[in-house]
Amino acid sequence: MQDPTTYSDGLIGQVEVKETTCYMCACRCGIRVHLRDGEVRYIDGNPNHPLNKGVICAKGSSGIMKQYSPGRITRPLRRKAGAERGASEFEVISWEEAFSLLTERLARLRAEDPKQFALFTGRDQMQALTGMFAKQFGTPNYAAHGGFCSVNMAAGLIYTIGGSFWEFGGPDLEHARLFVMIGTAEDHHSNPLKMAISEFKRRGGRFISINPIRTGYSAIADEWVPIKPGSDGALILAITHELIHTGLFDRDFLIQYSNAAELVINDPARDDHGLLYRAEMHVEEGCFDPDNRLWWDREINGPISTHTPGAEPRLLGSYVLPDGTPVKPSFQLLKERVESYTPEWAEPITGIPAATIRRLAHEMGVTARDQKIELPLKWTDCWDDEHDSITGNPVAFHAMRGLAAHSNGFQTIRALGILMSLLGTIDRPGGFRHRAPYPRPIPPCPKPPTGPEAVQPNTPLDGLPLGWPAKPEDLFVDAAGEAVRLDKAFSWEYPLSVHGLMHNVITNAWRGDPYPIDTLFLFMANMAWNSTMNTGEVRRMLVDKQPNGEYKIPFLVVCDTFASETVAFADLVLPDTTYLERHDVLSMLDRPISEFEGPVDAVRIPILPPKGDCKPFQEMLIELGSRLKLPAFVNADGSRKYRDYPDFIVNYETSPGSGIGFLAGWRGEDGDKSLKGEPNPNQWERYAEHGCVFQHELPHNYQYMRNWNKGYLHWARAHGLIRYAEPIILHLYSEVLQKFRLAAQGKRPGRQPPERLRERVETFFDPLPFYYEPLESQLTDTARYPLNALTQRPMAMYHSWDSQNAWLRQIHSHNYLYLSPRVGAEQGFGDGDWVWVESVHGRVRCMCRFSEAVEPGTVWTWNAIGKAAGAWGLSADADESRKGFLLNHLIHEELPAHAAGEHLSNSDPVTGQAAWFDVRVRVYKADPHEPAMTSPQFTPMPRLPGQEKQRGKWQAYVAGIFGKK
Amino acid sequence: MTQLALVIDLNVCVGCHACVTSCKEWNTSGWAGPLVDRNPYGAAPTGTFFNRVQTFEVGTFPNTETVHFPKSCLHCEDPPCVPVCPTGASYKRPDNGVVLVDYDRCIGCKYCSWACPYGARELDEQQRVMKKCTLCIDRITDLNLSERDRKPACVLACPASARLFGDVHDPDSEVSVAIRERGGYQLMPECGTRPSNHYLPRHRTVMHIDPEALTRVDNPLRKEDLTAYTGEETLDDVAW
Repeated sequence: MQDPTTYSDGLIGQVEVKETTCYMCACRCGIRVHLRDGEVRYIDGNPNHPLNKGVICAKGSSGIMKQYSPGRITRPLRRKAGAERGASEFEVISWEEAFSLLTERLARLRAEDPKQFALFTGRDQMQALTGMFAKQFGTPNYAAHGGFCSVNMAAGLIYTIGGSFWEFGGPDLEHARLFVMIGTAEDHHSNPLKMAISEFKRRGGRFISINPIRTGYSAIADEWVPIKPGSDGALILAITHELIHTGLFDRDFLIQYSNAAELVINDPARDDHGLLYRAEMHVEEGCFDPDNRLWWDREINGPISTHTPGAEPRLLGSYVLPDGTPVKPSFQLLKERVESYTPEWAEPITGIPAATIRRLAHEMGVTARDQKIELPLKWTDCWDDEHDSITGNPVAFHAMRGLAAHSNGFQTIRALGILMSLLGTIDRPGGFRHRAPYPRPIPPCPKPPTGPEAVQPNTPLDGLPLGWPAKPEDLFVDAAGEAVRLDKAFSWEYPLSVHGLMHNVITNAWRGDPYPIDTLFLFMANMAWNSTMNTGEVRRMLVDKQPNGEYKIPFLVVCDTFASETVAFADLVLPDTTYLERHDVLSMLDRPISEFEGPVDAVRIPILPPKGDCKPFQEMLIELGSRLKLPAFVNADGSRKYRDYPDFIVNYETSPGSGIGFLAGWRGEDGDKSLKGEPNPNQWERYAEHGCVFQHELPHNYQYMRNWNKGYLHWARAHGLIRYAEPIILHLYSEVLQKFRLAAQGKRPGRQPPERLRERVETFFDPLPFYYEPLESQLTDTARYPLNALTQRPMAMYHSWDSQNAWLRQIHSHNYLYLSPRVGAEQGFGDGDWVWVESVHGRVRCMCRFSEAVEPGTVWTWNAIGKAAGAWGLSADADESRKGFLLNHLIHEELPAHAAGEHLSNSDPVTGQAAWFDVRVRVYKADPHEPAMTSPQFTPMPRLPGQEKQRGKWQAYVAGIFGKK
Repeated sequence: MTQLALVIDLNVCVGCHACVTSCKEWNTSGWAGPLVDRNPYGAAPTGTFFNRVQTFEVGTFPNTETVHFPKSCLHCEDPPCVPVCPTGASYKRPDNGVVLVDYDRCIGCKYCSWACPYGARELDEQQRVMKKCTLCIDRITDLNLSERDRKPACVLACPASARLFGDVHDPDSEVSVAIRERGGYQLMPECGTRPSNHYLPRHRTVMHIDPEALTRVDNPLRKEDLTAYTGEETLDDVAW
């Protein structure tokens, strides 16, 4: 062998290094793609990228095996005439044929009834385009996957603090002293969070993880607090109880920046009971909260306008206004609410000793109070008070799906937002910090349509397919109060379903409830496998027929990069590219990659030509929009407006002359404007020159206190991020929720819920957080099904996108059911045995592994490692389908029929968030005579036309020669 | 003499496997490649990796630790794999202490893997030669790369910066300081192999709360009246 010290990789073959943005997970790091003779030789982190600063994860490092996977589909395919749906019998067609048949069908639907077309996408980081396409088409039946991911997190915090974890905000670990992570939260902003946790620990910060399972980041926590699934709300409320009773809350912060001291009408006999008392004054209409509320002043012992200079309001007490209205500060109501939520009350619910709950509260409260940070930054608040510094109470939290994926998640996450507010940690150093475009008004301004008349033939939708209801009048319901959308989002069943309910789309369409549809278009959404609840049944629905032989869902279009399980069910398959073959934008109109310091957006540029006939999904939409002559895609004379997607991105403005487009960087004819400016024909080139990323760093004194920072809010307004430079007061008490509750109580003029839903809306639209047992547990025999079953996200397989990846699947080719040895001892099985895990809906056979790192009432597995035989380019006997299993079979998409409805979604009653983590199970030993193979099994999916043939036994990837062999 | 090595900080390793696949992608197309995969898309896939993360639990519920433990060739100062090699294929570089295998001389006899107490060597089942971590020798010595990039792929990738790289013989190097100050230890020192790679142990940060912290005069509850008089009768009305 050559002496390695004389060897230089850069001298082998023709070397190129190109920069783009990763999409091996939703984190979206900057990457450098090194090519050798046109093949990918190495992908590493871009050292100059603000997000990942040169690091890269296991997935990002395995991009090569995604690019060259034999699981790729490469040709447009049509189900063969006469072939059964689901049998994967396809014929190759040309793109012209594909577009012609789609255009013809969709044009007809648009002319007859646009609702007949439903577009649902698995990823929600290109909603700016997909949502716009749906609106232009005129269909309300559009959403991304947020409804079954973590919408409770988005809605729960945005309706409380005007921002959320996720892309919109996160823990400021650079300044924090105590970091508390609750539930599984490894799957968003993953590399930045790993970097931040490690630096935080090195600086001596204390990290507490509250989770039924000790894996992922919890492994390196200083303390692991095991908790029973679904009981997080009880824990947070008990901590709140303790903080209030010991006075460990930031009084000044609450008074200035939240509605804690605002007076709430307190007379159950009145129709306006529970609303904030509002002084009569001229109020400008807009989606911000007018400054007409009252405090009760200590000195004058009477009401006074909020934020009156020199006033010092009471947080506690019960008062009567001069007009005789009984009122209480909302903090008083919160105190009353948590009165019974003692640590002792929470102990049996959470499984956490009361003393531990108390200590957690004390650690949070004392750290926040006694380890304050003062940053010497002058700033001015919305009431024109000038401050010489910005204070931080250095307690940071992070949570995502672990809290969200329960039917009580919305109220739990409201409770978390309130806890973070009590500690005085919102957009302050060391606490929670926003990322642009957040903070936004509570709730944000965009609204869904308000009635069936918003859907008209050949007309764009009147309203946005997804928005933020602030009152019952914002719901999208018909005269009877019933849903207009197929997924019943924004109906009284799930009024604040701000991300839609993708998990009910197929079932509703199949049942024809609220109506049947004609065409369902799925993009990158594996709805015949891991992206759906009740997988086996949903697969049957997809092939179920009317008595006349027609499929109940007549036409199914699937756009995917790989031969996923869902592709098998398509009538038309559209082959998408990989992330290395496409233009893409991570837009401020959508889910950008902003940092605490200011807006950041990014692009992808093609590194490689598309494989075969693959075409980027975005190009398909531009093409379809142009052919269908949707107004945004054509000129006044009906001619095509945009050549292609890159042309669209550069030239599209939200309205003519708005200066706001998909990309915020290098706007203006000369590229010298940011965020707002005329289209720049060379914008893509500018991004390419700058590592495919644009970062705008705000002045330091605009980087904090943004809900109330006058300078920041005016900057944000001037740059088109927000409409009003008004303060965004934290909603400790949610008047928005109370408006829905009053409607349910018949105390509010205007829209009323249908009778069957009155009690449900009244119960769950509580303006103060409360704990209730997850709905499935309430409706299930928990003695028969004593265990909770959860999934966790393995870091090498976030999003379960990569079973087609030869390297990543060696890390997770199959999964086990992890459980306490106590469960095995009770049921008489041993470590490694085949067991049945059974819920009220079905059962799955799998292998178990004993673990001491799990709360004994919980069993868990890695999410979606199991695959259907033959899918994803794997052989029919691959571990994924023989030994790997899917927990989804056990989780129903609907609740058992009960008083509120026969077919209510198994979801949070406020937001429609899929309650994945509510499922109750029992586990027992499989019969030794049963096959050592997971069950259920499905007929193996054959290779598709255009898909590579089965690769051999050996694979030796060497860039530059691999493709030539 | 220089002895290059990795120091792995178990206090911050979250077991994400970034080191595992970044190693694989660099090395499969590099000097020490390919890193062959067997049954890459079939049952029981298995392939050559120079670096793997093992995860294990310590203790019983609820006092359980989950430990992610990345492991690769430890580049021993006294590597038992070298003297047992019948062909001289296994060797330790005198200039930087990296232990390497010359595939042209390796006959795949596996003596070295039997001699290695750490299980760090992996036989390439297709090429029938022994392969292992090279500390990315073709990166760290490649002067065509920038100084920042002249590090093993795993070190550059690690999001938690849990992998330090440097000369453990230089007392002022980052790795030597970390070993000295943070209790860095070697694996199985009783084997006498003097492994160059070290591990930094878990460190637990705890918080002590003084009881007085809970009874402070600046308690905000003092700003609220503890009771409110609403006209009800008191002794002031009836006592004389």
